[in-house]
Amino acid sequence: MTMRVDLPEETLAGVLAKAFGNRSFLIGFAITLLVAAVAILSFIWTPYDVTRLVIADKTQAPSPAHWFGTDHFGRDILSMIMVGARNSIAVALVAVGIGMGVGVPLGAFAAARGSLADEALMRVNDLVFAFPALLSAIMITAIFGPGAVNAIIAIGIFNIPVFARVARAGALAIWPREFILAARAAGKGMTQISVEHILPNIATLLLVQGTIQFALGILAEAGLSYVGLGAQPPMPSWGRMLFDAQTRMVTAPWMAIFPGMAIVITVLGLNLLGDGIADILDPKSRRRR
Amino acid sequence: MSLLEIENLSLAIGETPILKDVDLAIAPSEVVGLVGESGSGKSMTALTVMRLLPHLARTNGRVTFDGIDILGASEDQMCALRGDDIGMVFQEPMTALNPVKTIGEQVAEGIRWHTKAGRAEAEERARKMLDRVGLPEAKFPLSRYPHELSGGQRQRVVIAIACALKPKLLIADEPTTALDVVLQAQILDLLRDLVAENRMGLLLISHDLAVVTEMADRLTILRRGEVMGAGDTARTLSDQFHPYTRELALASMHVPARPKTHLAGSAKPLLEVESVSRDYPGRRKSLFRPAEPIRAVNDVSLTIEPAQSVALVGRSGCGKSTLARMILALDKPTAGAIRFRGETITGKAEAELKPARRDMQVVFQDPYGSFDPRQKVEKLVAEPLHLLEKQPARAERREMVAHALDEVGLGPSDMDKYPHEFSGGQRQRLSIARAIITRPKLVVADEPVSALDVSIRAQILDLFAELNQKLGIAYLFITHDLTVARAMSDEVLVMHEGKIVERGRTADVLDNPRSEAAQALVSAAPDLHRAIARRLQEQG
Amino acid sequence: MTAYLLKRLIIAAVTLVLASMVVFAVMEILPGDPARLMLGFNASADQVELLRNQMGLNAPFVLRYLHWASGLLSLDFGRSYTYSVPVIDLVRERVVVSLPLALIALALSTAIAIPVGVFSAGRQGRAGDALAMGAAQLGVAVPNFWFALMLIYLFAVWLRLVPAGGFPGWSAGAWPAVKSLLLPAVALALPQAAILARVARSALIEVLNEDYIRTARAKGLPYRAVLWRHALRNAMIPVLTILGLQFAFLLAGTIIIENVFYLPGLGRLVLQAINQRDLIVVESIVMLLVAAVIAVNLLVDFSYAVVDPRLRGRQ
Repeated sequence: MTMRVDLPEETLAGVLAKAFGNRSFLIGFAITLLVAAVAILSFIWTPYDVTRLVIADKTQAPSPAHWFGTDHFGRDILSMIMVGARNSIAVALVAVGIGMGVGVPLGAFAAARGSLADEALMRVNDLVFAFPALLSAIMITAIFGPGAVNAIIAIGIFNIPVFARVARAGALAIWPREFILAARAAGKGMTQISVEHILPNIATLLLVQGTIQFALGILAEAGLSYVGLGAQPPMPSWGRMLFDAQTRMVTAPWMAIFPGMAIVITVLGLNLLGDGIADILDPKSRRRR
Repeated sequence: MSLLEIENLSLAIGETPILKDVDLAIAPSEVVGLVGESGSGKSMTALTVMRLLPHLARTNGRVTFDGIDILGASEDQMCALRGDDIGMVFQEPMTALNPVKTIGEQVAEGIRWHTKAGRAEAEERARKMLDRVGLPEAKFPLSRYPHELSGGQRQRVVIAIACALKPKLLIADEPTTALDVVLQAQILDLLRDLVAENRMGLLLISHDLAVVTEMADRLTILRRGEVMGAGDTARTLSDQFHPYTRELALASMHVPARPKTHLAGSAKPLLEVESVSRDYPGRRKSLFRPAEPIRAVNDVSLTIEPAQSVALVGRSGCGKSTLARMILALDKPTAGAIRFRGETITGKAEAELKPARRDMQVVFQDPYGSFDPRQKVEKLVAEPLHLLEKQPARAERREMVAHALDEVGLGPSDMDKYPHEFSGGQRQRLSIARAIITRPKLVVADEPVSALDVSIRAQILDLFAELNQKLGIAYLFITHDLTVARAMSDEVLVMHEGKIVERGRTADVLDNPRSEAAQALVSAAPDLHRAIARRLQEQG
Repeated sequence: MTAYLLKRLIIAAVTLVLASMVVFAVMEILPGDPARLMLGFNASADQVELLRNQMGLNAPFVLRYLHWASGLLSLDFGRSYTYSVPVIDLVRERVVVSLPLALIALALSTAIAIPVGVFSAGRQGRAGDALAMGAAQLGVAVPNFWFALMLIYLFAVWLRLVPAGGFPGWSAGAWPAVKSLLLPAVALALPQAAILARVARSALIEVLNEDYIRTARAKGLPYRAVLWRHALRNAMIPVLTILGLQFAFLLAGTIIIENVFYLPGLGRLVLQAINQRDLIVVESIVMLLVAAVIAVNLLVDFSYAVVDPRLRGRQ
């Protein structure tokens, strides 16, 4: 599939001015900032200690003392959600890092080199795409046993071909441009052109894909933890909290409602942020000729 | 009574005014040309008549077609007019047809829609129409898909769609701009015949005065959304009363001053191309049979001497750009050798090419695509300095960039701007500044002015000529436009299907072409002098 | 067959072989000896060695791979360590739950997404579009298993319309079986439909800006006719791509959703097998699901050729 990459032609000030006029971006940015702030705050303060079990307070409905109620061990749900944010963000962020760090150079290299290297990369991509993150996680867990690191590796591996594809498609659209020919006529090599001209021009594409993969990573991590292949107790994680809530839907629905809302809001925020960035930098709205 | 009458038409898209008080009238079976540079509002005028304007457009004034008030008509009324009484042909034939439908379906669709004819009957009429536009059944059955057709053939399909129901008015918006001169002449002939046969009115929109002069009875000239002149074609162009029109006409015929012309054989060659060929892998038709290679350049030899200006002309797809890339060592020949200043450059590693690259630079066609939008002018213009043995220090580099900018008529303050802050013509100046910063002996220019408006084009040609005279730079001008070749070159090479079929002094070749390919080019090329003379003669 | 289809077929076959090598290699590097696992810790070293020979575990790696792979081709996956029955029997029992679930979900998501996408693209920027896309934006953010929990709470616990989980088996009649798959299918389908609707909308909007749409309008076709006759088919290409990718996510989704609804499908089987370290079952099911993903992507490649004549080559 060919891809159209429109080259951004804006100054920083222009981009900022547009960002402040873009509703998706503003809401998304605010939510993302809030979630990140909550995760950081949880390192120094939470309403209650999440490691202490208070059986006397178990499965209490939301109240002024426990805004989101308590779980079957009497732990404060709000505090657990705050600490769980760390886990979600860490897993998703590292997985995006792995995907970008490995995928982007691979994609850029394949686009620059073409023919055999390109074909080889696409075939390996096909192979990895045949293993959805959950299947890799199942295999990795089968070898190493369950844990948060497995989740990171499984999601990260799946991210690699995603970024490789985006980087490759973006780079392939830019290589035939005349300014690349001019750089070659100026004696610049493949690597130098990739770093100086290709990467800066596909950076926004990668940024948008990054926020999408970040959001997908949070969803995937929650799913893995939910089936017991991700973060292990006592580390609070959103997916694990939902697993605990499942058998208590009748007696303590709040145990399921609030962690789920945390996931929805975080993912929504990241998706809005990604949409906003794409909108702001999308030159289609101001195409000439 | 007029067929189409536009009175005091004003148009704005959002806050941006596009047209202001435009008047235009077309009588039945009359050809009217609408001429203007890019951004003058020609296409928007056409889309207003079709009522296919973008969403935020607001119109004012009156447009009457055949007694119908177009601006006040309902969408249903417009649908009944479009394709039936008004047909339209667009600029870009490569994208104007739906890739997933056959050409038969696409021509028959409008016929079925408007006449309620059955499938068989509509297909029969579509067949006749395709035959008429020069796509006979034997080679172009209705079941063909657009991707199986060339650009010129696709434009014929678009014309068949537009004329299928013999509209009273045909609007053609730059119908030949994307085609080469030979195809252009064929398409214009076809349009002229169809208009005469069916007594259609034709609104021909073009940036090219020569094309319009050859075709139109009357013309209207637009500039920034306002009518600058209108009337009989020949009189309007020669009239002193319309200064802008004259300016345009002069600019399109402009020949830059080059007192020192270069005579071949006076020096040792700077560039020698010896029996160079280039094959590309062809499209595979079966998995088991290797694909036939396509020979883009076939056994080409040529020489260029220092300070000589050589034009390489030919139809699109004749291999001229491939040849240019091989000369620039951006592409490897399949066979043959290229020598620059006596040294072979074919097959050399990138590091060994540095000295050659320093003396050989390039200017491309597209003033928008030639610069990395992420970098500032200083870095962009300085890029070839990378080729110097000793990298200049920052201050020295800025000095060199400022000097190069000065030579192309830009100021040192332009150094800290981004490319999008410049107009098309200015960008082409930047492109030239980048090409001359290493003081090259040869500049290869691939269609350097064909994306520019005529008035800008004249200025850029002047600049090329000046640098040739002042700095003694040799040029290889690749162009499809014989006016440019005539204005700029000492010698002309004519390329056809991968081969060089003719070479000689520019005036000799263009005035007395000997090869068939060169004759076809010369006779197809629109020529404003000739066209005006013919018009004046017709009108007595 | 054209070169394009043949090439896709070969690529799919190669991918399948490579994937089987990956799965086999991963299971090879696992700690633990299957023979020891089957015989228990009291068995003597000789007994274990004997069984190892019988099971072919002492043969060279390549031979063992070929043996395993040829077994796969004849649907012989080996015997489960814990259930002591052929794996294929376990799979056969479970696949009649998982496959209908995935297919119902796929059908449901497509049936919702395409009309919504067309509706939105036709009203770009207006209230209906904003509402539909707002809902889609929310739908994309909802994890399917949490959505499943909320559905259970609403329809099973609160309204008592459907069972909260479990599967009566197809022998209990088609309707009760389908009824118990309904809620899981909705839970799987809605988040996927949200993604698909967004893709369909943006693909359509992109296509509606193409030159040939203007040509069709200039023929006198009204907007609606242009949308259905010219735009939709061209917009199908990106939609098909996403549909293929979504199938992989749907399969992964079934594994999780089956656990929410206590459905006896492949997903529950594989998670139980992990806990019991019944690796031959894990290996077989992973291989099966990977093969399904590859097969669906091949199907998508073939349907590109149906939609796009440029891939079919000259007639």
